[in-house]
Amino acid sequence: MNILRHIIEPGFFGSGPVHIALAVGTVVAITSAVTGVFTVTRGQSFAGHSLADIATTGGSGAFLVGLNQFWGYLAFGAGAAAFMEMIGIQRRRGRDVATGVVLGAALGLAALFLYLGTQYSTTTGASFTILFGSIFVITPSTVPALIVSALLALGTVIALARVLLLSSLSPDLAAARGVPVRAVGAAFLMALAVSVALSAVVIGAVLSTALLIGPAATALRVTKGPVRAAAVAAGIGVAATWLGILLAYDSYYWPPAGRGWPVSFFVVTLVVGGYLVTYLRRPVTAAEPAPDAEHACSAL
Amino acid sequence: MSADLLRLEGVGVSLGGREVLRDVSLTVHPGEFTGLIGPNGAGKTTLLRIILGLQPVTRGAVLIDGAPRPPRDASIGYVPQKLGIEPDTPLRVRDVVSLGLDGHKFGIRLPSRARRELVDDMLTAVGARRYADARVGELSGGEQQRVMIAHALIGRPRLLLLDEPLANLDISSEQGIVSVLARLARAEGIAVLLSAHDMNPLMPVMDRIVYVAAGRVAVGTADEVVQPEVLSGLYGQHVDVIRVHGRVLVVAAPEGIDAAEAAAEDLGVIR
Repeated sequence: MNILRHIIEPGFFGSGPVHIALAVGTVVAITSAVTGVFTVTRGQSFAGHSLADIATTGGSGAFLVGLNQFWGYLAFGAGAAAFMEMIGIQRRRGRDVATGVVLGAALGLAALFLYLGTQYSTTTGASFTILFGSIFVITPSTVPALIVSALLALGTVIALARVLLLSSLSPDLAAARGVPVRAVGAAFLMALAVSVALSAVVIGAVLSTALLIGPAATALRVTKGPVRAAAVAAGIGVAATWLGILLAYDSYYWPPAGRGWPVSFFVVTLVVGGYLVTYLRRPVTAAEPAPDAEHACSAL
Repeated sequence: MSADLLRLEGVGVSLGGREVLRDVSLTVHPGEFTGLIGPNGAGKTTLLRIILGLQPVTRGAVLIDGAPRPPRDASIGYVPQKLGIEPDTPLRVRDVVSLGLDGHKFGIRLPSRARRELVDDMLTAVGARRYADARVGELSGGEQQRVMIAHALIGRPRLLLLDEPLANLDISSEQGIVSVLARLARAEGIAVLLSAHDMNPLMPVMDRIVYVAAGRVAVGTADEVVQPEVLSGLYGQHVDVIRVHGRVLVVAAPEGIDAAEAAAEDLGVIR
């Protein structure tokens, strides 16, 4: 028990902000990870990153006008998703050029908003909160909105799961089977925008794709089927978030004393670390059955 | 009126003002193996897309069982030419086949033993049981074709459409796919309509040929259609049909010998 006391610093389980962080972090990590599996499968990681950049603009804009930044992330992300769909995100070239052009403008605007925001406000660290998140200062009144948004996005992705998989196998095949491929793509993009906005709350707008793509990419390296990939990704996301929150809490007791390290640093480092660990073993990508992978594991 | 499973009557399609297909009429009967043969760009894929309901026709009618084709028709199975997936796509072979049953539906379903057995049966039928638990993105082209045939078959179609299933396959995979398809047509009574730019691998099994060239078709048995007069009329230029070592070569000779060789390669009928 002494060791445990060293790992979990006093007051961790009694802290209100920690409760909120754990609750929101869990729901968001699951939603982002499951959405991420389909994002990677559909080759839309770049769209996810674009939505994150544009959410940065929304978050900084919301801060400037005195709104909670989540609504800024959400409004700009959803608007950008609708725009990307309109300009034909299906066409690879169109999507690369359009997103590339829009991104520069979005981040430029974010720079302006953050600058103005710090001029007119006495709040310090706002830029840091928007760019890199701060799960310990979530306003309690936004918690229900965060959790409902997460459940809506997760529900959408789960409801579309089979159709998304069929579409990624072959869009023509899905269309011939009566799947409204374009509408399904638009609905998924919307769920992706919501997931990005939520991740932005947890680890910041700039880093939000780490929680989206990282666990999914890791899961795809160690699993073969869709259900298991989603479950493993969710597990990795939740583990990284919990550990990140715990370490950030503990870090108040680390040097320099009294200044905690950011949660996003821990979460992102854990996610990336988990991904790198998969390179220590042979991936299950070879068509060989599982026993081989187990041997590789025990050899470690 | 007739026992035709599929009937196209005077079908024409214009894309962006260009006439891609004109006056296409053909019929497909249950259990019949039909080859949709022609050079690349002749309109084979467009014809398949019409039958699938992905391409509206400008003129004419597409009839299934004598009635206009419904928007979604479960009696038609489709095997696309190429899968658009990466090796790390989280779909095992058995997941893909299972999607053939309900991949177009929303919501989730629980795994069941009956489904698993059905999937295994389908994989056995196409000779793909061995790699049931492999990721489909890691398989070779021929293996993926088998998996997609199982994917199409599990929905119990009466008509199976395949877009260039033999393209880019090695000879033994090619023969394997052809024999699986021929067996399905004979034993299960499924009508098979398959596009190919080379008719030779299909010669032993084809009941009928739909030869597509320059946006028009000639329909009949191989002996009826693969004739210099018929194909010359279709191409709108003189075409020779050469039979050598049991293989058929269609050679166009527009101007001079060199040009003829080049044209034959363009037509994709010499390998």
